[in-house]
Amino acid sequence: MGLKTKDLLTMDQLSKEEIELILHTAKEMKNILKRDIKKVPTLRGKTVVTLFYEPSTRTRTSFELAGKYMSADVVNISTTTSSVVKGETLQDTGMTLQMMGTDLFIIRHGMSGAPKLLAQTVKAGVINGGDGFHEHPTQALLDMMSIRDKLGDDFKGMKVAIIGDILHSRVARSNVHGLTKMGAEVWTCAPPTLMPAGIEKTGARVTYDINEALHKAQVVMMLRVQLERQKAGLFPTLREYNNLYGLNTKRLSKAAPGALVLHPGPINRGVEISSEVADGIQSVINEQVTCGVAVRMALLYLMLGQKGEQQ
Amino acid sequence: MKYLLKDALVIDPLSGMERIADILVENGLIAAIEDGIDTGQNPVYDLNGKIVAPGFIDMHVHLREPGGEGNETILTGCQAAAAGGFTAVAAMPNTNPCTDNEAVVELIKKRSADVALAEVLPIGTISKKQQGEEISEIGSMYRNGIVAVSDDGKPLINSEVMRRALEYTKLFGIPVISHCEDTNLTAGGEMHEGYWSTILGLKGIPAQGEEVMVARDILLSGMTGGSLHLAHLSTKGSIELLKYALKQGIKVTAEVTPHHLLLTDEELKDYDTSTKVNPPLRSPDHVQAVRKAVIEGIVTCIATDHAPWSIEEKEQEFSKAPNGISGLETAIAVCWDTLVIKEGMEPKDLIARFTTGPAAALGLKRGFIAVGAVADLTVIDPKLIREVDTKRFYSKGKNSPYKGRKLQGWPVMTIVRGEIVMQDGKVKGAQ
Repeated sequence: MGLKTKDLLTMDQLSKEEIELILHTAKEMKNILKRDIKKVPTLRGKTVVTLFYEPSTRTRTSFELAGKYMSADVVNISTTTSSVVKGETLQDTGMTLQMMGTDLFIIRHGMSGAPKLLAQTVKAGVINGGDGFHEHPTQALLDMMSIRDKLGDDFKGMKVAIIGDILHSRVARSNVHGLTKMGAEVWTCAPPTLMPAGIEKTGARVTYDINEALHKAQVVMMLRVQLERQKAGLFPTLREYNNLYGLNTKRLSKAAPGALVLHPGPINRGVEISSEVADGIQSVINEQVTCGVAVRMALLYLMLGQKGEQQ
Repeated sequence: MKYLLKDALVIDPLSGMERIADILVENGLIAAIEDGIDTGQNPVYDLNGKIVAPGFIDMHVHLREPGGEGNETILTGCQAAAAGGFTAVAAMPNTNPCTDNEAVVELIKKRSADVALAEVLPIGTISKKQQGEEISEIGSMYRNGIVAVSDDGKPLINSEVMRRALEYTKLFGIPVISHCEDTNLTAGGEMHEGYWSTILGLKGIPAQGEEVMVARDILLSGMTGGSLHLAHLSTKGSIELLKYALKQGIKVTAEVTPHHLLLTDEELKDYDTSTKVNPPLRSPDHVQAVRKAVIEGIVTCIATDHAPWSIEEKEQEFSKAPNGISGLETAIAVCWDTLVIKEGMEPKDLIARFTTGPAAALGLKRGFIAVGAVADLTVIDPKLIREVDTKRFYSKGKNSPYKGRKLQGWPVMTIVRGEIVMQDGKVKGAQ
């Protein structure tokens, strides 16, 4: 048992069974994280390269630690200090690293589809660590794990509200694919200028009204809004955005009692979410980070460890 | 030089001729069209089962020379044209330097004459340096042989300049070819805006990004009486606007590309950069609308917008790759397969879209078959089924979204001024 393909590029590609397998494995991995000595020898002799064309704290570090906890050798490449600044193509960078013995790539890229291009070039596996506005599958998986930890394994009929800049969010797309596949009722909520065309055809519900999105929601997922979107004229000011779409205690009371609040980070306090809510009792933002390591350990295991055992 | 094309189905949309006959070619001209011509010792080409049509005209190609020779040259572009069954191509002026003066027009004429394959009809820019501010020396370029003006690729945003261009070109009787795009609405866009742009996380280009400019240009053409040709229409709304213009008697013609007739935005789902093109591949409702307009003759021209790019240019991240499809060598097969085989379009009508249509749009005396006329001819094998193999392309641009696709109906012979420049896919003089 493992994943059907050598790469994990999208949530769209995963079957329900594969998602179950990853989340189940991640739960076991979380136990390792609770130990005093957080190290297992499973991936000894395996090499993981993180190739990040965009800045990141959470995703890169959690992949790195996931690899190290499992004894893989992890090399981090950030494009600002690599040959990329000399104009090397993505394919050439990938081939070079492959020839040095890379078993698995983690790539983050500002352009949608770049991980696919890398995956087509190299024989090694590729995990998409976020590409453009396309997908961020490991974020969706860690979100799902965080939800399960608190609300139980069954997503069926669970109302999940994803609120914010849906148009530019790879996190939203991956969560819509993943959660609808698992039977959740997913609502997307944004001002009309930040809502992508045809999103309803993915199975998500669409509303511009945050109160409708929040109404009896069991999970509220807030998205980061970037100042550059305001500069592009998609909304007038951050102040007005906060007035219309910011999550505060009063608004959160419309959700189901004990509803979970998630955010992929980094958060803009006082813009899409108030500090009160972000640090409040319903927030699982910190738990998400831990789940992120567990999910990534599970993926490394499923994509590297098992393959090794089979050979 | 004298030879005979024997037993072909001769289809000439202009005269309406559609019958099996022999064509005698002598000294670059059509000497006779009769039954059972006997030429004695002269060569005979048995074209039984094949169609002889007037030489196809592609009124929208990018030959890249001067300036972009890594992507295409006049030689390789003309070889691709000959291989694709085209006897004449109109070359867009976005070269480097751009074709905004008579010197570049001269250069293109001279170099294409040396190549002596398809005839190259230069198009000049509307505005100096394609900057959309002041109109170019259209008169000087016209004297040197331009057939139209266009700022293709750099859409003309300033409506006042467009008005003046439509007025000024009345002096010469040549059309303004408009690439209709409101670059504010389409800024940063990578594909058609809709379900697939959302799924793929690529910036969308709304249909209205094209349509608002189609509407503007139609109104300005109506106001000035200048001839307008709308390049590569791709949306339902553009077709509706075109119908309105034709009903008003406005002097407007239009073209659609083979790729907009066949492919939808779903083709982009693997981020294959050969599907990245401007205007973008649209959703099925738009494809149906442009297809219907071509079949019904509301759109009278099919043009490739041949945009060759080297492998280095195209094989990179989708967002970085330039727009364009290398289209000359697949155009006939794509259209034959899509329109004649699948949609039941009359062969005569499809041939008209490549011959009388573009000839009328550009005001050219070509695109017909008649005794005494120049022997520019395209021979098609309507039964030939072949897979698209980009390795066989003469064009430097292997950027084809049809790779591996099986298509029916291919050009098998191209004759320019009586000279057989392509036979069975092999271009004369090429390696």
